[in-house]
Amino acid sequence: MYSYYLAIVLAPLAAAIVAGLFGKQIGRTAAHSVTILGVGIATALSALVLYRFVWGGAESENISVYTWAVTDGLRMEVGFLVDRLTALMMTVVTFVSLMVHVYTIGYMHDDPGYQRFFSYISLFTFAMLMLVMSNNFLQLFFGWEAVGLVSYLLIGFWFKRETAIFANLKAFLVNRVGDFGFILGIAGIVLYTNSLDYAEVFSQADAIAAQSVSVLPGTAWNAMTLICILLFIGAMGKSAQAPLHVWLPDSMEGPTPISALIHAATMVTAGIFMVARMSPLYELSVHALGTVMIIGAITAFFMGLLGIVQNDIKRVVAYSTLSQLGYMTVALGASAYGAAIFHLMTHAFFKALLFLAAGSVIIAMHHEQDIRKMGGIRKYMPITYWTSLIGSLALIGFPGTAGFFSKDLLIEAVADSHWAETDALVYWIAYLSVLLGVFVTALYSFRMFFLVFHGEERMDAETKSHLHETPWVVTVPLILLAIPSAVIGWVTVGPVLFDGYFGEAIVVDHAHDVLAHLGEHWHGALSLVTHAPMTPVFWLAAAGVLVAWFLYLKRPELPGKIRERFQWAYNLLDRKYYFDDLWIRGFAGGGRKLGAFLWKKGDEVVIDGVLVNGTANTVGRLAGVMRQIQTGYLYTYAFAMIIGLTAFLGWLIWLK
Amino acid sequence: MELTSHLLSILIWLPVAGGCALLAIGDAGDAGSSRAGAMRVTALAVSLLTLLLSLGLYTGFDGTTAAMQFVERVPWIEAIGASYYLGVDGISVPLILLTTFITPLVVIAGWDTIKSRPAQYFAAFLILEGLMVGVFAALDGLLFYVFWEFMLVPMFLIIGVWGGQRRIYATLKFFLYTFLGSVLMLVSFVYLYLQTGSFDLLGWMDAPVAMQAQKFIFIAFLLAFAVKVPMWPVHTWLPDAHVEAPTGGSVILAAIMLKMGGYGFVRLSLPIVPDASGYFSALMIGLSLVAVVYIGFVALMQKDMKKLIAYSSIAHMGFVTLGFFLLWHISGATGAVLGMQGGMVQMISHGLISGAMFLCVGVLYDRVHSRKIADYGGVANTMPAFAAFFVLFAMANAGLPGTSGFVGEFMVIMASFKANFWIAFFAATTLVLGAAYTLWMIKRVVYGEVANENVAELKDMNRREWLVLGILAVSVLVVGLWPAPLVEMMDPTIQNLIERIALSKLG
Amino acid sequence: MIGLQHYLTLSAMLFVLSIAGIIINRRNLILLLMCIELMLLAVNFNFIAFSRYLGDTLGQVFVFFILTVAAAEAAIGLAILVVLFRNRRSINVQELNTMKG
Repeated sequence: MYSYYLAIVLAPLAAAIVAGLFGKQIGRTAAHSVTILGVGIATALSALVLYRFVWGGAESENISVYTWAVTDGLRMEVGFLVDRLTALMMTVVTFVSLMVHVYTIGYMHDDPGYQRFFSYISLFTFAMLMLVMSNNFLQLFFGWEAVGLVSYLLIGFWFKRETAIFANLKAFLVNRVGDFGFILGIAGIVLYTNSLDYAEVFSQADAIAAQSVSVLPGTAWNAMTLICILLFIGAMGKSAQAPLHVWLPDSMEGPTPISALIHAATMVTAGIFMVARMSPLYELSVHALGTVMIIGAITAFFMGLLGIVQNDIKRVVAYSTLSQLGYMTVALGASAYGAAIFHLMTHAFFKALLFLAAGSVIIAMHHEQDIRKMGGIRKYMPITYWTSLIGSLALIGFPGTAGFFSKDLLIEAVADSHWAETDALVYWIAYLSVLLGVFVTALYSFRMFFLVFHGEERMDAETKSHLHETPWVVTVPLILLAIPSAVIGWVTVGPVLFDGYFGEAIVVDHAHDVLAHLGEHWHGALSLVTHAPMTPVFWLAAAGVLVAWFLYLKRPELPGKIRERFQWAYNLLDRKYYFDDLWIRGFAGGGRKLGAFLWKKGDEVVIDGVLVNGTANTVGRLAGVMRQIQTGYLYTYAFAMIIGLTAFLGWLIWLK
Repeated sequence: MELTSHLLSILIWLPVAGGCALLAIGDAGDAGSSRAGAMRVTALAVSLLTLLLSLGLYTGFDGTTAAMQFVERVPWIEAIGASYYLGVDGISVPLILLTTFITPLVVIAGWDTIKSRPAQYFAAFLILEGLMVGVFAALDGLLFYVFWEFMLVPMFLIIGVWGGQRRIYATLKFFLYTFLGSVLMLVSFVYLYLQTGSFDLLGWMDAPVAMQAQKFIFIAFLLAFAVKVPMWPVHTWLPDAHVEAPTGGSVILAAIMLKMGGYGFVRLSLPIVPDASGYFSALMIGLSLVAVVYIGFVALMQKDMKKLIAYSSIAHMGFVTLGFFLLWHISGATGAVLGMQGGMVQMISHGLISGAMFLCVGVLYDRVHSRKIADYGGVANTMPAFAAFFVLFAMANAGLPGTSGFVGEFMVIMASFKANFWIAFFAATTLVLGAAYTLWMIKRVVYGEVANENVAELKDMNRREWLVLGILAVSVLVVGLWPAPLVEMMDPTIQNLIERIALSKLG
Repeated sequence: MIGLQHYLTLSAMLFVLSIAGIIINRRNLILLLMCIELMLLAVNFNFIAFSRYLGDTLGQVFVFFILTVAAAEAAIGLAILVVLFRNRRSINVQELNTMKG
């Protein structure tokens, strides 16, 4: 299988290089053909790999490709670890990527940077595959940063826009803050195991957990807790968990296809994947899991609230992504790794679908993104309408859709988790957040849905006259993504969550194993659907939809009044809890002030002014005094010489 | 046979002889004359020949041993036991190769941008190349000192003659700073000579030295090398020198001359006065971390591209000294080699990246004649290929994995966590700071709408610039994706060095 | 009887005279040169006196050397003086102060 894995990784890379370096020479059609071919190969082979795991009974493989460097007993390698977790991720990544490639043909049709765009998204596919297929921390970090790079390039794809190049810098820097923690986490692992290889590190996990480390004087923390929290800081950056979430909404400045691919389906889930991959480590630190859970819960609920006040169609979906990532993180904290990955998979499908549908609307509206200027688009764009509906239903967890299975079981896993006994506070914060989050999700999703597709037609006549369904390259990916969004839950929920699909890939402490506990009461997908109306989740979601319908279709004048009544709350949400101000004014501004201070006062005044030029000036002043002695007349010099000579002789004769 | 036994001498004296020949026959004519054309071709030919010959150093090098190779030893001043003693090991070969690799690129980069006295310009670079190889190959204290000081002369002229507006201030500052440090180094050399009766560097490594003397020697060495590296707080000559130097001068300065300081630490300070090095290691680590954090913030606020890159060089060189001095703070069995290895790789990588960054600024400067960030904006609109290169090198400067900039930083951070969490913490801030200052500059220079008429009229890179930046881009990626050959070449030497340091010389 | 001390006294007087000439004279460079010659002569006196007193001819040999060198020196000094006069139209010591700090 080694050559297959290599082909999966290298095909998109080769395509990216061809389209990137020779884009001008080979032209547009060839550029998209070659990249689609590359990603197509990767998709087909990934599907084959997954097939072999599911039905072929394949064993996981751990292969070294080449040695990056060896020194001091530390092997730094590039290699693949392909197991059931990896195979699932590979398939999701390549499939969504392929859909986005096809969709891009339509979306970027008139863009002068067409070839460049295809090169970037193929390169992204390569980087993401390197990340998920890695068998060691070095390569994980490589993929981690490489997807960040491509994300940077793609958010700033329209580099003439000031907002876009602001957003890409912000995204990169916030991610770097996360990576700062991540690399320290890796360094911690190297400290205790002197290895970067997953298998080696996992085998020594107990030894790490037995160590304690004193970071601040007088404290003794468990080494594993420290390492896991440091690694999770990396995940917070990449998966946009509060307070490192600020880059994701701004990243919507990039073209819509990449919002779907990178900022919804794949890259932002890297943090979730990483924690699941590191489950043998996280299971050994209850404190780290608690941190993960709290951060996830805060993100899931509070970021969802922000979605309600947004008016940009893409930003609503972006905040929904933040919230859903929070859900996955909560599941990780509850040791329900399988549920997190399962939600990751279904989310990849329906969120990519929602983004691409939003993109389809944006194309039709001639790049207008404000939902207040839309409305009643349903009759003009039936395919987009129906696929969006499927996506929205999946998002809110309508019984039977993919999102229903993943979200419902995720919430049940949280409700059933060991945290109820371990730490009641953590438990209730997490449980209430995910539960109330359901209502919020339904509210903002259907607010957007109703404002865009139903109600009064608020766009101008010019736009309205051109309004029609988008071409097939756009709608076909929508349909292809709508199918798994609707039905994939039925066939996969049982095997993935309860029949031990992940096998050895995910390790859960027996006492934490909430999924195994849920599995004891598992009676199949149908039973879950039929029991849905008996759960609070269903009614919360229904309430959300109903409120959205009432406020935005039935009584559209009400939201304005509510806003006036609760101005302070609106401001708080509109300013995103002032997190942007904290980061931009507080940290970035503070950093610049500090830099200016160190430069002007430290370097120019103290070092150059006092030490360097100060020394030179002192020497100069001394010389100024000394030179007064130099009269320039011969006789004074002669006189001085004789005086000196006499003094010397006198000293020699009388004092010696 | 004849060639390999005198290879080092050839690598030193071939470029020097070529440079002297250029000086002898070159006139002070302008760049347009046919004679100047011949000068350029000669300079390129000499530098390429040197590069070609230096490959023999790579192919003929035995990477399994820490012993000195390609040794040449001829008595020089017998009365004081000084000899013409050359030899290389795993830490000098990469640096010599870096020197011979960068010089032809500098010659090509200065091809038609140097308008006045081209013959002398190229001659200065060739002579400088020979002297720098001499520093890396010398195994005799006096010989080392002679090369070390002579190196200043061509650099002084390059900045002073072909530099910018405030070049006199910059050259004086550069000269005095570096000279002050190296004079004290000479004093320690004389002391060591009096102790051992010879100028043999390898002999000095074995000679016992009392602790008090070690401390003085270390401080003298520190002044000489810290200025060259440069370490905080003796760094302020570097931004001025870089800003005023012509592009080629900046490239050589950043890519190779700064490495002299780091090389001095591993070749002289650590093995000759190991106990004092250990005594002062906490100070060294502190200064290195100050360089990383303090200079990172200072770089953020620079308005001049060259100054920004100069400050970023200081921050990156902080990783070199950090890696070198970690070993006394690592209690475990591993990590010391890793840190030192990281410092060495960082030197090579910084040579490539900072050289490339200065060349990129040079490309812009040749067209617009400004180094101010504010005079640019939206360069990607008119120079897309250049923008791609610039962004690539900026990413390498920010330490992106897959580029050479990552390798050394990664190793040093790994090793510093083995020493102490907080050392690693402050070292790792470079991930954020490095990205912040580099990419903020990229945002203001490369991206955005076309800012002014100068930018609107920019022509994309010509073939000469493609060649230079292309070669550097490939090497940055190769080292980043497969550093194993480099690491393996240095490994035995570094292990040997660590073992040597572990033995106290007080006895 | 004229003894060693008389010669030495004369020599000392000549020497002090020449020093006084160098220090006090502020007008004429030629006088300065002559004072230097006088100083050398004072030294020569010492050499000869001691040579006679100690019965060692080496002192007188030195005197010959000194006289030769003094002659050459005077020639060079005068040549410099002529060039100086050509350039500055003056040999006034007061005006020769380019060395002033």
